[in-house]
Amino acid sequence: MNKKASIDFNQMPDAHGHFGPYGGRFVSETLIYALDELESIYRSLKDDPEFQAQFDYDLAHYVGRPSPLYFAERWTRETGGAKLFLKREDLNHTGAHKINNTIGQALLAKHTGKQRVIAETGAGQHGVATATVAARLGLECHVFMGEEDIQRQSLNVYRMKLLGATVVPVTSGSRTLKDAMNEALRDWVTNVDDTFYIIGTCAGPHPYPELVRNFQSVIGREARQQSLAQTGKLPDALVACVGGGSNAIGLFHPFLADESVAMYGVEAGGFGLGTGKHAAPLNDGIPGVLHGNRTYLMEDENGQIIETHSISAGLDYPGVGPEHSWLKDIGRVKYVAIDDDEAMDAFRHLTRIEGIMPALESSHAIAYAEKLARKMDPDQTIVVNLSGRGDKDILTVAEIDGITL
Amino acid sequence: MNRIKQRFEVLKQQGRKALIPYIVLGDPAADVTLPVMHALVEQGADILELGVPFSDPTAEGPVIQKAHERALAHGSSLRDALTLVKQFRETDFTTPVILMGYANPIERLGYQHFIELALDAGIDGVLTVDLPPEEAGEFNQQLGEAGIENIFLLAPTSSDKRQKMVAEMAGGFIYYVSLKGVTGAGNLDVVSVKQHVDHIRTLTDLPVCVGFGIKDGASARAVADLSDGVVVGSVLVSKMAELAARAETSPRAFSQAVSSLVAEMRDALDN
Repeated sequence: MNKKASIDFNQMPDAHGHFGPYGGRFVSETLIYALDELESIYRSLKDDPEFQAQFDYDLAHYVGRPSPLYFAERWTRETGGAKLFLKREDLNHTGAHKINNTIGQALLAKHTGKQRVIAETGAGQHGVATATVAARLGLECHVFMGEEDIQRQSLNVYRMKLLGATVVPVTSGSRTLKDAMNEALRDWVTNVDDTFYIIGTCAGPHPYPELVRNFQSVIGREARQQSLAQTGKLPDALVACVGGGSNAIGLFHPFLADESVAMYGVEAGGFGLGTGKHAAPLNDGIPGVLHGNRTYLMEDENGQIIETHSISAGLDYPGVGPEHSWLKDIGRVKYVAIDDDEAMDAFRHLTRIEGIMPALESSHAIAYAEKLARKMDPDQTIVVNLSGRGDKDILTVAEIDGITL
Repeated sequence: MNRIKQRFEVLKQQGRKALIPYIVLGDPAADVTLPVMHALVEQGADILELGVPFSDPTAEGPVIQKAHERALAHGSSLRDALTLVKQFRETDFTTPVILMGYANPIERLGYQHFIELALDAGIDGVLTVDLPPEEAGEFNQQLGEAGIENIFLLAPTSSDKRQKMVAEMAGGFIYYVSLKGVTGAGNLDVVSVKQHVDHIRTLTDLPVCVGFGIKDGASARAVADLSDGVVVGSVLVSKMAELAARAETSPRAFSQAVSSLVAEMRDALDN
C-alpha cells in the first residue's frame, strides 16, 4: 500500500503519455503532427476557465447532469449484503456515459476549426454520441462501424443516420470495433488537415487516454459528492464494466487516492475465461502494442490480435485503456470477468426488480456487484456505474428468447 | 559493412537510383514469396522490402491490407519471415533485405530474441511503422549494437524538430512518405516531394528514398530524379492480388507477373 500511497494519480500519464510501461504513442509518422496539435490545443484549454465553463454548461443543460446516484433499495434487500447504489449514466442525453466525452472533444474540435469529425463505434453508443454533437455544431460526421456490429446494433445505426451522420461499414479483419478503429485511423491519416478524430474510449495514442479520462471523470467527481451527501462517507467499493474502459476510468479516477475505496473493473468473460472466447485482456491477455498504445491485449503466439467474443458489442474489444493496464499491475484496481450468461441474468433481474433496463455492457457490472455485495456487510456501500441504458439491446435479448419483434 | 550501405555506395558510384520493391510475406501462399524475391532481384531490384503480415495494419490502404489478410489466412508469421530470408541468403549474399511491419509481432518475440534471429537470417534493416523515435529508444539501441539498420519514416507533416530527431536516430536510409494517407492512395505532388526531400538532405547524409503513390515507370522516374531511390509496393501487390483472384497457384506465374512491372521501372530509372 505504501507504493500506491506515494503515487500522485493526477500526475499520470507522464509527459510522453506513459502510465508506467503502458500508453505512449505508437503510430505512423504522418499522425504524430495531428497528435501534437491535439495535445497542444488540449493543454491550452484544459485549465482555461472559459472552456471549463462551456463544458460544464453543456453537461448541465444539454446532457442533463448531474446524473443521479440512486439507492437501489429492492435490489439491495433481495441481494443481502452491502447497499447498492447506481450511478445513472443511462439517464444522460443519448442514453450512456459516452456523451460526456464527445461534448468535450467536440469543443476541442471547434477550437481547431476543423469541419469534419470521425469516430469509431462498437455498440453504436459512441457513434450516436458523436453524431449528436456533430448535429448540434453543424459538423460533417463519419462513423466507422464493423459490418458485424451494424447487424447487431441496427437501431443505433438508424439513429446515427437520422442525426445526419454517414455510417461507414468496415469489412476488414474481424469486422468489429477494433477494425472500425483501424479504419478511422486510416481516414484520419488521409484527411488530417480538415478532420478531428473523436475517439470514444480511454485508449489510442497519447493524449487520447488522458483527455477521455479527464472528460469522463465528471462521473466520479459527482459520485464522490453524492456519496458523501447521501451516506455521509465514501463508498467502500466501486464497480464498472471495462471494454476500452472509459466509464470505469471516469468513475474510478477521482477516488484513486482514497485507499479505503476498493475498485473492480469487470471485463467481458464471453463464453467463459477458460474457453478463450471472451474479451478480457486484463484477465487473460498479455501486454503488447495496438492502436497507438502499449496495453494488455488478446493476441496469439505470433503477436496477431485475435478475435474476441462478448454478447455486448461495446465490450467486444481485444485491448483496454493503458491506464487500466497500469492500475492492474500496481494492484490499485482488481479486474474480474463476467460471462455472457451471467450478464444476461443481471439484465433481466435488474429490469424486473428495479424497473431499470441496463445496457448489456453495464449488465456485466451489475452481475459482479451483486456477487460482491453478498460478501460485504449491510453498513457498507457499493457504487455501480450504470453506464448505459438497455433499449439498444432489446433486439439481441429478443433473439436469445427466440422472439422476432 | 551493412549491405544497405554497400548498395547505396555502389549506386552512387554508378549514378543510379535505388529501386526498392515491397511484397508481403506469404501473399498469397507460402511457396510464392521466395521465387518472387529472386525474380525481383533478377529484374533489377536493389533492396527488397518484405512486409510482415499483421492483423491490424493501420498504415496500409486496402490493397496491402488484403495482402496481409491473404497471408494471415494460412498462418504466415514473423518467424516465417525470418526463416524465409535465411533461405533467400542461401543463394543471394548481396541484396539487402528489410523487414517492414508493426511492433506487436516483434514485441511478442522480444526485441533481443528477434534481433538474434534477424542476424542469423541475414536481415539488414527493419522498418517498424508504429514505432516512431519516441517509442523506439531501446529497440533502436539494440538494433544499432547488432549492426541492423533501423529505418524511419518522415512525412509531409513532420515538424522540423522531428525531422532532426529522426535524422539523428535513423540508419540505412530515410523513407520519405510522399503523401498524407495510407499506402496505395492518391497522387504524387512532385513539387512538394522535392521541397521536403531537399530539406531532409540538409539534415542528414543518409540516402533519402520516397514511397507511397508510385504507380509506374513515369512516376518512379519523376520521384527518383529528386531523391536517391523509390519504394514500390501497392502496384506490385495489386498484381499479386489479380493472380490470386484467378486462383493462380504457380509461383512461376507470380514471379513473371511482378517481373515485367519491375523491369519497366528499372528501365525508367536507368534511361
